[in-house]
Amino acid sequence: MNLQETKDIFYNGLWKQNPGIVQLLGLCPLLAVSSTVVNGVSLGLATALVMALSGASIAPIRSYVPNEIRIPVFILIIAVLVTVVKYLMNAYMYGLFVVLGIFIPLIVTNCIVLARVEAFASKNSALPSALDGIAMGLGLTAVLGALGAMREIIGKGTLFSGIDLALGDMAQGWVLHVIPDYKGFLLAILPPGAFIGLGLLIAGKNWLNLRAEQKARSKPATVANASPEAAQG
Amino acid sequence: MKRIARSSLQTAANLVFFAVLATAILSTTFFMTRDAIVKSEEAVKLKLIMQIVPSTLFDNDIIQDKLSIPASELLGTDDETIAYRARLKGEPTAVVLESVAPDGYSGRISLVLAVRANGELAGVRVVAHKETPGLGDYIELTKSTWITVFDGKSRAAYKDADWKVKKDGGQFEHMAGATITPRAIVKAVNKALIYFEENRDKLFAAAEPKKEEAK
Repeated sequence: MNLQETKDIFYNGLWKQNPGIVQLLGLCPLLAVSSTVVNGVSLGLATALVMALSGASIAPIRSYVPNEIRIPVFILIIAVLVTVVKYLMNAYMYGLFVVLGIFIPLIVTNCIVLARVEAFASKNSALPSALDGIAMGLGLTAVLGALGAMREIIGKGTLFSGIDLALGDMAQGWVLHVIPDYKGFLLAILPPGAFIGLGLLIAGKNWLNLRAEQKARSKPATVANASPEAAQG
Repeated sequence: MKRIARSSLQTAANLVFFAVLATAILSTTFFMTRDAIVKSEEAVKLKLIMQIVPSTLFDNDIIQDKLSIPASELLGTDDETIAYRARLKGEPTAVVLESVAPDGYSGRISLVLAVRANGELAGVRVVAHKETPGLGDYIELTKSTWITVFDGKSRAAYKDADWKVKKDGGQFEHMAGATITPRAIVKAVNKALIYFEENRDKLFAAAEPKKEEAK
């Protein structure tokens, strides 16, 4: 596989087909854990790990799995990987496990994992599939992180609260109090805040897309092939 | 017909193969991580116990000195729980109990409490709750010091009527706008102290109860 393919995979995962704000898959964890940056990013990275592993392990066996039972087999493999990640987190990152514990099993039901396995890993070889998993996972992580930052700053006035759960006691002093003496804004922390924040993120992305499109259209003379391409994107 | 049977058998065998493989991977991980999981759970528990039992109060291995107690209406538990005993030079000084306040604003509130041998509370902490963030969550020590009002309280000093929030005519402070949460906790702590009074001797019995614990 060449550089261009790798670039495409990452461009798709992080921006063009971003699972969080374009495909809108995996909203359950997105809305549930994005109340702080640390929670959001941690679950995002756990999902990325599961997606990379499931892509890498399903791609090599795709030709041995009969078409009729591919969905149960894929789900079985994803469930095993998620459970393994859960055990490892429980053993070696206990503080974080306590916070994210109930959401980790939900990675199995996160449709983005099965969707990528079905759409990508069942048609490609192991390396691109793993990369696709990482790219999609990082795209989701970025959205979770951005949404978490928005909700945390508006809701609690802090950033990175609970980082000591993820990185150990040495990180205890890393919490930023962005707005000193903040009384808190409950709406942002509660589930409605997640919906509103996600809506704003989607709107922001569409606005950026639209602007790029208009820019490309306004100077068709200088860039010859720009407009048909931009119209698609 | 034969061909269909053969292909479905093949498919079934395929599925069985993956199921066996998955089971093997899962059980390997389970056994590899089991000790580390137990250890980190105990470390967290010990940290919590150290918060409510002053270290001057015990010199024993408190995590190992445990007693399983059956579900009890007074503790609000519907399962067996573990009590940890603090001892100083072999003399019982305090016991750590788990208790549940079933009537929080949004469901159950799990507590641990340490009771000194004389019936005085050494401390109470909330382990798990689903109270409204920003409103009822001042019961967490990270949010407010409210939970420390229980330190040093006992049923010798406070009668039943005092074990209520101030709004209900009792002795316990609460924050305006969230009375249901502290009301539930005060009630649960009082009931846990009654449990302690009734079972005091049993709780402190036998330093190392061998397998046949008296039920």
